[in-house]
Amino acid sequence: MSAEETHQASAEVAARVERRWATIAVIIVVMMALLAAFAGIHRATMPQPRVETIDPARIHLSGEFVEGNLGSVLEANGTVTVRAIGQQYSFTPACIVVPADTPITLRATSADVVHGILIQATNVNTMLVPGYISEQLMRFTRIGDYLMPCQEFCSFGHEGMWGKVKVIDKAEFADRAKGGGRLSCVGQ
Amino acid sequence: MLVNRKLILAHFWLAFAVFGIALTLGAWQMFIRSPIGTWLSNPELYYRSLTAHGTVMGYVFPTLVAMGFGYAISEAALQQRLVGVRWAWVGFWLIVAGSVMAVIPIALGRASVLYTFYPPLIGNVFYYLGVVLVVVGSWIWVALMSVNLRVWRRAHPGAPVPLAMFANVAGSYLWAWTAVGAALELLLQIIPVAAGLKSTIDAGLARVFFSWTLHAIVYFWLMPTYIAYYTIVPRAIGGRIYSDSMARISFILFLVVAMPIGMHHTFADPQVGAGFKFIHSAFTALVALPTLLTVFTICASVEIAARLRGGRGMFGWIRALPWDNPMMLALAFSFIMLGFGGAGGLINMSYQLDASIHNTQWITGHFHLIFGGAIVIMYFAIAYDLWPHLTGRELIDVRLIRTQLWLWFIGMIVTTFPWHWVGILGMPRRMAYFDFGDPAIAPQALSVTLSAIGGFILLASGIMFIVILARGMRTPKIDAGPYRFALAVHQPATVPVALNTHALWVALMIGLTLTNYGYPILNLALSSGTSVPAVYVGAQ
Ligand code: HEM
Ligand SMILES: [Cu+2]
Ligand SMILES: [Cu+2]
Repeated sequence: MSAEETHQASAEVAARVERRWATIAVIIVVMMALLAAFAGIHRATMPQPRVETIDPARIHLSGEFVEGNLGSVLEANGTVTVRAIGQQYSFTPACIVVPADTPITLRATSADVVHGILIQATNVNTMLVPGYISEQLMRFTRIGDYLMPCQEFCSFGHEGMWGKVKVIDKAEFADRAKGGGRLSCVGQ
Repeated sequence: MLVNRKLILAHFWLAFAVFGIALTLGAWQMFIRSPIGTWLSNPELYYRSLTAHGTVMGYVFPTLVAMGFGYAISEAALQQRLVGVRWAWVGFWLIVAGSVMAVIPIALGRASVLYTFYPPLIGNVFYYLGVVLVVVGSWIWVALMSVNLRVWRRAHPGAPVPLAMFANVAGSYLWAWTAVGAALELLLQIIPVAAGLKSTIDAGLARVFFSWTLHAIVYFWLMPTYIAYYTIVPRAIGGRIYSDSMARISFILFLVVAMPIGMHHTFADPQVGAGFKFIHSAFTALVALPTLLTVFTICASVEIAARLRGGRGMFGWIRALPWDNPMMLALAFSFIMLGFGGAGGLINMSYQLDASIHNTQWITGHFHLIFGGAIVIMYFAIAYDLWPHLTGRELIDVRLIRTQLWLWFIGMIVTTFPWHWVGILGMPRRMAYFDFGDPAIAPQALSVTLSAIGGFILLASGIMFIVILARGMRTPKIDAGPYRFALAVHQPATVPVALNTHALWVALMIGLTLTNYGYPILNLALSSGTSVPAVYVGAQ
């Protein structure tokens, strides 16, 4: 074989190997997208689907985030809704109480700057952006206390903005919810 | 042929000087919030430092490296004197002016908004104006890269554009366009409020604008590193580029798919709906493609070098590599960090998994590993490789160079692995203080301490780097010869137009950005009642 022919042959080998690798790479990428779609359809944790807006200047005055409506409430269908707000530098309520093994909807917003809610040891994690309502579905299987730090810089007191989540027994929660009203574990 | 060496050296020296300062701040931050640091009686100092560290490391340092390297590529690859040198100096001085303008309010505690801005927190207007000046300075560079390529094309009609320049110009276009998101946010939203002309701002819209910049900016940081992988490493270790066209395709892919995916930064946000979140997530998977192709091509190019040096066997060739060559070492470290970082990145981009680590210390660990590790270690290698050609003097401390690279690699691993781990435990980012006395936080103390130790190793390595370069300005004169880039195994005599020009790909980049961002932005911009009162930093 002449040098020219060897060169030609090696170029063909190179091109073939390269094509094979490119195909593998494309398959990897397609698989990743399909996995995400599959997990999405099967209701794993999902990013928030809908956009809801709210005027932060008025949340203390009227609507679902007035002070008296914050906290956990047992709905007629057995699920629980938690409403909370973040403001520099605390959450209200600072301690959220919820039952175990129950579908829970967290609805929250910010009264001033951007904050975040993160419940440690879970994948509950959402931004609080003033002007918008964040909604997240959650379910706890383990009873106990969880820390709930603010996960976005919200100015000089950010490092002190830690809330708490208390997960209690389902029956105990139902018992406490009997009187109606909004539950929290602030001061307990 | 490097003619404007002073210009290039000025960019590199300024880059590494600000890098040295920001690195020191980084190590201090790591220490002060760890259990071995003491409680800062004034946590506000931490946020000043963090704003300076992020602004320098995110905007000023990589931009200067890309610019200096870009000018060097333009002269050396095109073998043509830089056109527009006076403008290049204007760009440089704009960056100096912008950096000074930004750093003063930061130092005074008037701009502690961190490099991501996130309104409605609003800092002093000069901070934002300074950042704008830095970006404007870099846009001059973008224009000059384009002009220089055009001049060359006119003199060489139809000839293949040298790979290094093709990639360099692709990177500059990517930067020009990705910076537009933050520029719109600054000019239309933030600066009017910071200047007191308006008092309300749409925080959700600002986050979407910022995500336009935030993703592709990482590919701008990455560009010099990828250019070095393809066009410097094979030459430095005595090999060849496995495939010139695959290299071009990778750079084109970055140009096209890096842009329309930024909303993966808003998965946890309430102002973007599920549809666009999912579209951006799917597009994000695509961006793994150019990196997968690059890893293949570079490994193959390295294997060629090993076999040329007599290496044989399935894996035996690895031993035949020139391991005492700093470029080889840097590449190996960079690839290891890229591998771990890339695996972490797949978690971040995942539509569902992101929720478990969003805004935790995992994220800071992740981008330090990729950016501070895989990318910056190649910035070091680029500087070492170019230095003799810029100074006309030899870098004699090869052992010291190797030690420096080793320390950077070890330091990065020691710093970032525990950093990822505490993120998984749910430790939030950007906090001046952690109460390690709390039994729920105590388990993180050991990891944070390890990270702090890693931080000091990195600081030591960074100081060594600067010392090596400074000493390299005083060694005896040598003739470094012309600066060369690697050649491909099959060096192309002609290249298809699509792989030799950028116009089509720039059009696609803009088109895809508009389809993926146009609707959400218009929707947010036109909806009323979502603007909220600004909260001025330092006014409380
Ligand atoms: C080599 C280059 C480095 C680059 C490019 C870099 C870049 C960055 C960036 C962009 C941020 C984000 C700032 C923010 O969240 O607002 C950051 C944060 C930080 N960096 Fe670096 N950094 C580097 C080296 C280091 C080193 C050596 C240390 C020391 C261990 C360090 C420690 C930190 C710390 C502690 C934070 C804040 C994390 C937090 O509180 O969330 N950095 N860095
Ligand atoms: Cu906060
Ligand atoms: Cu991104």
